[in-house]
Amino acid sequence: MEIMPRFDVLRPTSVAAAIDDSRRCQASRFVAGGTDLMVNLRHGLGTPETLIDLRHIPELREISAGESGIAIGAAVTLADLAANPEIRQRYPAIVAAACAVGAPAHREAGTIGGNLCLDTRCLFYNRSAWWREANDFCLKHQGETCHVAPTGKRCHAAFSGDLAPALLIHDAEIEIAGAAGPRRVPLADLYAEDGAAHLRLARGEFLVRIHLPADPWPAAYAKARTRGAIDFPLAGVAVALRAEAGKVTGLRVALTGTNARPFLLTGIEALENACIDAAWLDRLAKLVQKQVSPMRTTLLAAQYRRRVASALAQRLARALGGMVTENSTAA
Amino acid sequence: MQRDRPSPRTHIRAFRLNGRAREILVADSELLLDTLREALGLTGTKQGCDGGECGACTVLIDGRPRLACLTRTEECAGHDVETIEGLAENGRMSRLQRAFHERLGTQCGYCTPGMIIAAEGLLRRDPAPDETAIRAALAGNLCRCTGYVKIIEAVQEAARGAP
Repeated sequence: MEIMPRFDVLRPTSVAAAIDDSRRCQASRFVAGGTDLMVNLRHGLGTPETLIDLRHIPELREISAGESGIAIGAAVTLADLAANPEIRQRYPAIVAAACAVGAPAHREAGTIGGNLCLDTRCLFYNRSAWWREANDFCLKHQGETCHVAPTGKRCHAAFSGDLAPALLIHDAEIEIAGAAGPRRVPLADLYAEDGAAHLRLARGEFLVRIHLPADPWPAAYAKARTRGAIDFPLAGVAVALRAEAGKVTGLRVALTGTNARPFLLTGIEALENACIDAAWLDRLAKLVQKQVSPMRTTLLAAQYRRRVASALAQRLARALGGMVTENSTAA
Repeated sequence: MQRDRPSPRTHIRAFRLNGRAREILVADSELLLDTLREALGLTGTKQGCDGGECGACTVLIDGRPRLACLTRTEECAGHDVETIEGLAENGRMSRLQRAFHERLGTQCGYCTPGMIIAAEGLLRRDPAPDETAIRAALAGNLCRCTGYVKIIEAVQEAARGAP
């Protein structure tokens, strides 16, 4: 059994108080549901003196729907998100992604903001302190070599949050608070392709709200995983697809679990204004396989994750395009 | 690596535990699982994987399932915590507990408290769940003995007997 390091917890009740707490406590970290952080802290991955619990800030717990879209507070739990009637009606991909996280007890604690800011994961990182020390610490924490790619210069730990792709396909924007003032950026700008520094947040910055546009395209999310519950994605895919008269008029594909950041597929325009047929699905699969870069960060082979990512993208596109599928059960 | 630091403050936290008001002195970093088992002697909540992967430590907070190994005790302040010890009524097993007993929903017994608590959370929200709903509610609870069939039957039995 591993011992939890000792820390204090602050419970600010306003955004301003949280910024202030973070400024005063330099060795602090923000926490919401803690479903990932508590495990990591017990593994000795970080030793904050203070945790700042963001769930006591009322505006972070609200979902508000208006004409211009929906704003979701960053500390809304995944269970509440998936149960929200407005979200269920308009954003099925987000509901599917939220329900794909952990098990019911994780979703009662875990939040959308926490899932978006989830730490990256790797075979060599999410381990006990004695395991990592015995194996020689890795580049992501305390060590100098990436055990996944020892000759490389950067960390290849994979981003494994389920919500990010389901939000990226809808062009979500995020509101960030911090000492330097509030800012609002596209969600895609939150991430960088570096497993050891994948979040573009300055010290003391945290997510306040996620904004979604009012008229989303039809969308879906699916993930491949080892266990049917409580498992991070080997690959997760979200697809938004608009079709008119049998032709794809709009397409967006986003992925998680395969790279150090979740990302939108680029060059997707080449697949628009076309019918979904076998050749089209083949081109989609090639595009996915070209842009994902799974490394040996999970027990399953990287090549399997590359192929399963493209298969999931094909399956979702077929279903959204109204094509009869010969094998439509979700992975 | 660990720096010397002043020992963290402890605080008196008040919450309801199995229907009774409790006040307890805890450090902020103390986990609910340790408070229940070590400080309060409620060992019905089991310690399994310590990493949120097995469901053995499932408890109800405000009627919803949570994992005591991922929850700090300070988070429970002002809330209603229920453990397996709170289900018995006047020294007799609850309907759900009896169903697990009679339908052989328990073998070695280690997963049983978490399993029953997760099922209890479901039955309070949905008194007549179908098998899909039962399986979804128990998806986070591992059992290495039963193969789950008898567990599902036990929950169905308890649901059938619901008033």
